[in-house]
Amino acid sequence: MAPIAQTQGGRANVLSFVYAHPIFRRAIGPLVVLVLWHCASTYGWVDARFVPAPLNVLNSLKEWMFGPVGASPYSGTWFTHAANSFYRVIGGFLIASVFGVVLGCIIGWSRLTSDLLDPIIQIIRPIPITAWVPFAVIFFGIRDGSAFFLIALGAFFPIVVNTAAGVAGTPKLLVRAARMLGIRKQNILPRVVLPSAMPYIFTGLRLGIGLAWVLVIVAEMMAVKSGLGFAMWDAYYFLRMDIIIGAMLSVGLLGFLSDLVIKAIGNHVLRWSRGL
Amino acid sequence: MSTTARKATSGSPRIVARGLRKEFVDISRQAQVVALSNIDLDIGEDEFLTILGPSGCGKSTLLNIIAGFEHATDGEVRLDGQTIRDPGPDRGVVFQEYALFPWLNVVQNIEFGLRERGVPKAERKVRVTRQISAVGLDGFEDRFPQELSGGMRQRVALARVLVNDPKILLMDEPFAALDAQTRTIMQTELLRVWSAERRTALFVTHNIEEAVLLGDRLVVMTARPGRIKEIVNVKLPRPRDVTSAEFNEIRRYVASLLESEVQTAFASMQAGKNAQS
Repeated sequence: MAPIAQTQGGRANVLSFVYAHPIFRRAIGPLVVLVLWHCASTYGWVDARFVPAPLNVLNSLKEWMFGPVGASPYSGTWFTHAANSFYRVIGGFLIASVFGVVLGCIIGWSRLTSDLLDPIIQIIRPIPITAWVPFAVIFFGIRDGSAFFLIALGAFFPIVVNTAAGVAGTPKLLVRAARMLGIRKQNILPRVVLPSAMPYIFTGLRLGIGLAWVLVIVAEMMAVKSGLGFAMWDAYYFLRMDIIIGAMLSVGLLGFLSDLVIKAIGNHVLRWSRGL
Repeated sequence: MSTTARKATSGSPRIVARGLRKEFVDISRQAQVVALSNIDLDIGEDEFLTILGPSGCGKSTLLNIIAGFEHATDGEVRLDGQTIRDPGPDRGVVFQEYALFPWLNVVQNIEFGLRERGVPKAERKVRVTRQISAVGLDGFEDRFPQELSGGMRQRVALARVLVNDPKILLMDEPFAALDAQTRTIMQTELLRVWSAERRTALFVTHNIEEAVLLGDRLVVMTARPGRIKEIVNVKLPRPRDVTSAEFNEIRRYVASLLESEVQTAFASMQAGKNAQS
């Protein structure tokens, strides 16, 4: 049987071309969703006041981003909100990374430190981050501090758990080899254990940045008065569902982009592990 | 042809082991195991010593004690008169599993020891470049271990310790994971490198042909608890012809020494299995 790509005839060739290219193939799913969404809103399958059509959302998003200022309360405010959210995500994520990697190294380093510290982490970890909101507001107020705290706390756990697993999983033979080659004791961690744990650390960082974008919305809905999450909650009071969907798409896209950045850094740092 | 002399054949001994005993607790069997017992051994300057024994006879344990990775329960090992306590670059170890640093390329792996000990960059470069040529790794400088075959990885592992100019080269079944052809090539390469810059070498293997091919002397060990059964002098000139009558005479003799030990080891392994089930 001939493969589809070799089928004769004009029509079949266009289809097979689309089919053969991963980029087109990957676009099919989202396009189908967009068309269904458009039909649902336009043909009254759902109430268009609650689920505005894609083009309306796009128009609202454009106005939200580029103005004109004053056309509506949201007009031209997108970049301020997005920058606020972005700032909190980066800040919280960096705090989580530092604490997560340092504590992960300590926990993974020895049986003793693991026995002392790991139970605390394992008990706190399952508590939903939303449960911390009251404490965040009491201690940090309705300000950036609350968002930093909630994001850092949430992103901390996947980073610390993965780092600890990577550090504990360092092959003993590599440590032996390094000692045989004359490494000084204090250099074993930075020169052998950390590089060996890098694949795990990057897994933790990617999970962490994903959680950071989830949590920035939670934090801004509940504990801060700016950012995309705040705009979303505010829009809900005025039933501006177009703004809510626009904010959702914005968060999705920003989260996707920040994951790409970490993935790219990871691919460079871990280029030795290709095909491992 | 064979003597049980435990003194090195020539020169002053570099390694002196006296009354070595190693015990450890086998957790799965809840029993005290004697891995090594009553080991007295001298290894001479520039001597190539091979250790042969059934699996589990403690030959790797002996190498690990000399390397400083493990500590003897009793007795001690001295290197040039100094008691061995910790691993160090004066004893270069080549492992069966290569144990290269996967995040470092060939050059970085080889210069690891020099770098960690603060050797200046210019000197590092000279020594690493020379070593890369010596083991035949030219053109592979930028490769990561993941991109190399088993034989090439073991060349890197060898270069990584030779570049430190160790007093003794310790090899723990370094070619056991290689296919037969690569293994033969690597044996030849090892002898070439060793002959070019002679130094004391200790080579652990369970392969009789390999042991006879490489060693000046060949230590045959008993089944657990590992003792020295006999030390065989191999006085054949190098390169040795594995098909020659003399070679095969020694090989047969060593095989006869080893046979009863292999059976004892197998029987105790079976007994251990039965005890567990």
